[in-house]
Amino acid sequence: MEKISKPTEIKHQLGHMEVDHYHYTVGLAGERFFTALREEGKLLGARCESCGVTYIPPRIYCEECFAELDEYVDLGLEGEVRSFTIARIDRDGRPLDPPEIRALISFGEDTTDLLHLLGEVEPEEVYIGMEVEAVLKPKREREGKVTDIRYFRPIK
Amino acid sequence: MKEVAVVGAGMTLFASRMMETGKELCWEAAKQALDEAGLSLQEIDAVIMGTAPDAFDGIHKKGENLLDGAGGANKPYMRVYTGGGTAVMTPIAGWWHIASGMFDTVLVVNEEKMSSARPHAQSVFAHIWDPILDRPLRPNLVWIFAMEMQRYMHKYNVRKEDIALVSVKNKRNAVDHPCAQLADPKITVEDVLNSEPMALPVRRLDISPPSDGASALVLASLDVAREICPDRIVTIDGVGWCIDTTMWTNRDLAFPKFLARAADQAYRMAGIKDPKKEIHIAEPYDPFNYKELQHMEGLLLCEPGEAAILTREGVTQRDGRLPVCPSGGLLGVGNPIAATMGIKVGEIYWQLARKAGKRQVRNDPVTGVCQAWGDLMQFSSVLVMRRR
Amino acid sequence: MISQPRGRKLSREEAERVPHVVARPKARYAWSAGPATGRFLEELKEGRVLARRCNGCGRVLVPPRMFCERCFRPTDEWVYLPGTGTIQTYSISYIDTDANRIAKPILVGVLAFDGASEGCGIMHYFGEVAPEKLYIGMEVEPVWKPQAEREGAITDIKYFRPRRKEDRQ
Repeated sequence: MEKISKPTEIKHQLGHMEVDHYHYTVGLAGERFFTALREEGKLLGARCESCGVTYIPPRIYCEECFAELDEYVDLGLEGEVRSFTIARIDRDGRPLDPPEIRALISFGEDTTDLLHLLGEVEPEEVYIGMEVEAVLKPKREREGKVTDIRYFRPIK
Repeated sequence: MKEVAVVGAGMTLFASRMMETGKELCWEAAKQALDEAGLSLQEIDAVIMGTAPDAFDGIHKKGENLLDGAGGANKPYMRVYTGGGTAVMTPIAGWWHIASGMFDTVLVVNEEKMSSARPHAQSVFAHIWDPILDRPLRPNLVWIFAMEMQRYMHKYNVRKEDIALVSVKNKRNAVDHPCAQLADPKITVEDVLNSEPMALPVRRLDISPPSDGASALVLASLDVAREICPDRIVTIDGVGWCIDTTMWTNRDLAFPKFLARAADQAYRMAGIKDPKKEIHIAEPYDPFNYKELQHMEGLLLCEPGEAAILTREGVTQRDGRLPVCPSGGLLGVGNPIAATMGIKVGEIYWQLARKAGKRQVRNDPVTGVCQAWGDLMQFSSVLVMRRR
Repeated sequence: MISQPRGRKLSREEAERVPHVVARPKARYAWSAGPATGRFLEELKEGRVLARRCNGCGRVLVPPRMFCERCFRPTDEWVYLPGTGTIQTYSISYIDTDANRIAKPILVGVLAFDGASEGCGIMHYFGEVAPEKLYIGMEVEPVWKPQAEREGAITDIKYFRPRRKEDRQ
């Protein structure tokens, strides 16, 4: 076997995947979640009473017992940081200044976590257990996406 | 080796552009199958997932993405993929999970949601061709089927009119299938022969419609099946699979030898000596109408070139001697690649269990065979089932 | 028994209206040809078609490969072929690679090369022939790009045309 050090020097064919884009619909539970976020500025979860779990974003089924979930609960906009990371480079390795703080936000003991950004806080001030609240875009700018939440900021 | 039974099946609507996410489709199918089996998710020992290459849906590690909807969270879970052949390959994987003695109950879930790819999944499909020798010729996937169909018609002197009858039969059969979107009770041979030319000899109505959808099966050891559904014991008595060479331009495109090998393996295991007499119902893979005929021949249900004659004589109708694709098949119900398990394995199960409703065939079959076909038109998986 | 399925099918317009996310992958690839196909492509530049012989089964293989998938041993030697062949199958395509409808059909098929083992060949275009004149078993020959335009690709052959002049148009 021969190791190739310059791949373009050997016989090759260049190409790319011609698909223009992917159009991902958000699904039945996703539609409820993102419509409530866009229209009412609310964060909804789906509750499974028998397993005692609340899913955020909501699902139409409980992954533990497979029950159909049709009970949606308003989780409010306040939660706490369950874990976080401070990103100082972006996906392509370029420096991020200021750094981005990515965090898992918990809305309660028996609730799944939501991944989002932290804002209005210095990286060194963040700690696990910090109480935070969602800062939403103004209604006219919201489009039914997870980015309708700008970030979570500390409640002070 | 433990004996294995099918105890439940379920499937979603097959249609293009479904609102549901892939996992939501999985859940709907899996829940139905569990309900029919009378089992809860907690009673399932392991889960198998079948779904197409990630690029079709645009989600990498798609098996991982779908697992909670498939009931795989916190269970032994694996993904199996052999192209269109997945439709019957994941049930075979489910079978070996139980036959080996490792597990007693397995949930098998197959899903496809190709409508996310825009303008359409066709451009992604093009990447299954060889990048050096084929792709610079800017091929369309339909070409390969057109060339196979041409070779098949040439070698066995099969008429286009007889091949068109398969589309007519299946699209009419699909009228009785609740998950079908493109059933057509009025379709005629002329409609098929005069439909839009794609890559001749292939015309639009020779092809099954791309769809989104999911399907599921619950498999159990025979002991468990006797406890939970003694009224309908349908067992998996034979399995087989085989693949032809990668070099598709070197293959015999007229007769699928790889399928004959897979079928022979499955029949030997099931103790079937003369499949022409001992198989009472068949669900061969029918993404194109000529494939049903070619697959009947590869499944050794008739001689090469004979399937068209049987079709013309009405033998393969629901009330015929050998009903073929009574579900409506991919041509009638739709083609969400792996998820077509529901109209292949699912249909044979429902037919043998006498639970097919309006689609129930007349000859009260005891032994049935189903088959799927895939990878780059070179792989086949075969499953023989029996009512005990 | 199948219960009534509940799924919700979207129209094209509705799919744009419901909440959704759009992503554009930008995957770029360089597929290397490997030693067998690489040499095959280089020889095309010179207007030659090359095969590979396996002394295990005696087959002369096109596309050439460095191992024989039947004998599962290395193949043994390069063999030059005349470049002519026979049509094994074909299609008259009214759709292009992106499934766009086209008025003038693409003639495409599989040919087996003379001098190679039975059924050993490649996919390529057919030209200088009316679609209705094509048949399985037709003898064809390559029509090359001018040497200066060849780049060591399968497209260095423009297409294959009938060997019999009467079949050409």
